[in-house]
Amino acid sequence: MEFLGYFGEVFAPANFGLLLLGTIGGLILGATPGLSPTMAVALLIPFTFRLEPAQGLILLGAAYTSTVAGGAVSAILLKIPGAPANIATTLDGHTMAMKGQGARALQLSFIASAVGGVVGVLLLIFLTPMLAQWALAFGPSHLFWLAILGVTVIGSLDSGSVVKGLLSGCIGLWLATIGFDDIMGAQRFIFHPSVAGGINVIPALIGLFAIPQVITMLARGRQPSGAEALTVERHPVGKAFREVFSRSRALTIGTVTGAVIGLVPGVGGQIAGLVAYDQAKKLSPERDKFGTGHSEGVIAAESANNAMVGPSLVPLLTLSIPGSPTAAVLLGGLLIHGIFPGSDLFDNYPDVAWTFINSMLVGQILMCIFGLYVAGLAARVAQVPNAVMAAVVLGLAVFGSYSVQNSMGDVYVMAALGTGMYFLERFGFSAAPLVLGLILGPIAEANFIQGSMIANATSSIGQYFFTGGLNLLLIVLVVASIAYSVWMELRDRRVTTKDEVIGEREARP
Amino acid sequence: MTMPLPRAQHIVASGLVAAVGVTVAWLSYTQEPAEAFVFPRLISTVFAVLALWTFGKALLGRTRFGNGLDRTAMANIAPGLVVALVYIFWAAETLGFYTASTLAFFAILTLYDPAPHGVLRSWLKRLIITGGFLAVMYGLFALLLNVFTPRGLFF
Repeated sequence: MEFLGYFGEVFAPANFGLLLLGTIGGLILGATPGLSPTMAVALLIPFTFRLEPAQGLILLGAAYTSTVAGGAVSAILLKIPGAPANIATTLDGHTMAMKGQGARALQLSFIASAVGGVVGVLLLIFLTPMLAQWALAFGPSHLFWLAILGVTVIGSLDSGSVVKGLLSGCIGLWLATIGFDDIMGAQRFIFHPSVAGGINVIPALIGLFAIPQVITMLARGRQPSGAEALTVERHPVGKAFREVFSRSRALTIGTVTGAVIGLVPGVGGQIAGLVAYDQAKKLSPERDKFGTGHSEGVIAAESANNAMVGPSLVPLLTLSIPGSPTAAVLLGGLLIHGIFPGSDLFDNYPDVAWTFINSMLVGQILMCIFGLYVAGLAARVAQVPNAVMAAVVLGLAVFGSYSVQNSMGDVYVMAALGTGMYFLERFGFSAAPLVLGLILGPIAEANFIQGSMIANATSSIGQYFFTGGLNLLLIVLVVASIAYSVWMELRDRRVTTKDEVIGEREARP
Repeated sequence: MTMPLPRAQHIVASGLVAAVGVTVAWLSYTQEPAEAFVFPRLISTVFAVLALWTFGKALLGRTRFGNGLDRTAMANIAPGLVVALVYIFWAAETLGFYTASTLAFFAILTLYDPAPHGVLRSWLKRLIITGGFLAVMYGLFALLLNVFTPRGLFF
């Protein structure tokens, strides 16, 4: 209970002011398409130079927490995830907004985020030593299979073709290999100077999600407004609280999945929401409603996103291994203040470490309060006419992509991937597995190469990657996720065929 | 006998994906140093197999997912897409980031705004929205985030 001794520090005027600033600013940045948590935290690091270490970390931690949650706003209202972590939220959240339930979807997402976030930070506080040991059990072969599992699971998320879902994932994994090889320094698939340094995930993410949305809006032509599709009606907050807790299965699946995935070094929140969504869908008796604007989809995805935040810091704070890309940026924030995370962090800097962790706990509550306030005002965003929204999203996509590295090459990549994705989507392909492949590709490759080296030095590659309890469990999960999705697709096909037959019979004179 | 539009589109789309998949697989097996292409080989083999499978299904007319594009949608998309591509691939660097953004924003607004073009008020509204958006972008990216954008001929 050492952390309780430092709780008062969070409420010191300067600290609490920074916590508020980080929370509100993070929500706005998170809600802005293209401004991801990683980018927000990275942009804030220079602002912490003049602050005390604890203050700087409070600001960065609050921004991390609230940008992850704030990303749900654009995911729900614009179908553009504010961050990779919000990909799954678009599936049901945007559909709810299309049905005029945008306020409800936003309220559910912020409440579920706060619940998941609080549980995640409590895990960070109470289970740090034990969970860090568990995360350490993952070697390169396990991380490789986990990355592959992340891609194969997404194949089943898209209710359409499993083959096209997996193919999309393969395209993403291939795109991740473009650029210079890390070990040999060899050029791979560099067709244009813009991709010489590889494909940056943030412009790719903006392009793959924003540009198809822009083109979809353009495809409607000069229609009066797209606003009627996003009409947001008022929704009582109390009802949203009751709904979140009445959907305890989705909330529990999301929170537990997010917490477990957050612990795995390198994987982070990108797949937490998607895996939680997939599991909630598979275990729900109302699985048919998923994808049609079902509240459980939003609750599972958003509780997982924020439940991941706390545990993703466990390996960072105890072992210097960031659990997510944003945690990696936070590591930079610690180092510039001369703080080297490790097993002795809590001995050398207990005030900094515990004040930072406690501020994240309080930050979850503040994020929920201010998020709900934003949700009430967000109705205005949905009223923007179609033409304005298309132009605004295009402008944000261009500016956001450019600002990542001040590079026009990133803008070209964003535009090319986005335009290509729109046309691929028209033929049954999906952006989510492609993005997952792109994000998990470097993790999969790095661990594959590392594992191969270990295998060559110790045993055979087959023995290293295909034996051991954890390897076998992950392989079984990979195979099971594909097999289950194929079975579901075949079952749906049989149902469709029966319906078609019935329809044909009824149509006969 | 003419093929239905979606089926022909599916063949073209999956054919392009298959061509990319096979090219990538071929490159990954022929490029040097081979050690740098171990992982790409693994991925591209699966990529090529799945892409050829999809292409084969499209050729046989057994594709079940994706509605393709109808002519109305294509006609609607074309002007906006041209504006966007000219803006991104030429105007942003040549004319200047903010000038090009202003022109592209205003052009898309004008092309897709359902308000009548013969009314002065509609034009004023579009100008005000364009000016407001660009002011916010300038404040956020140039002033707050210190993002230095290409100046081009103008700004």
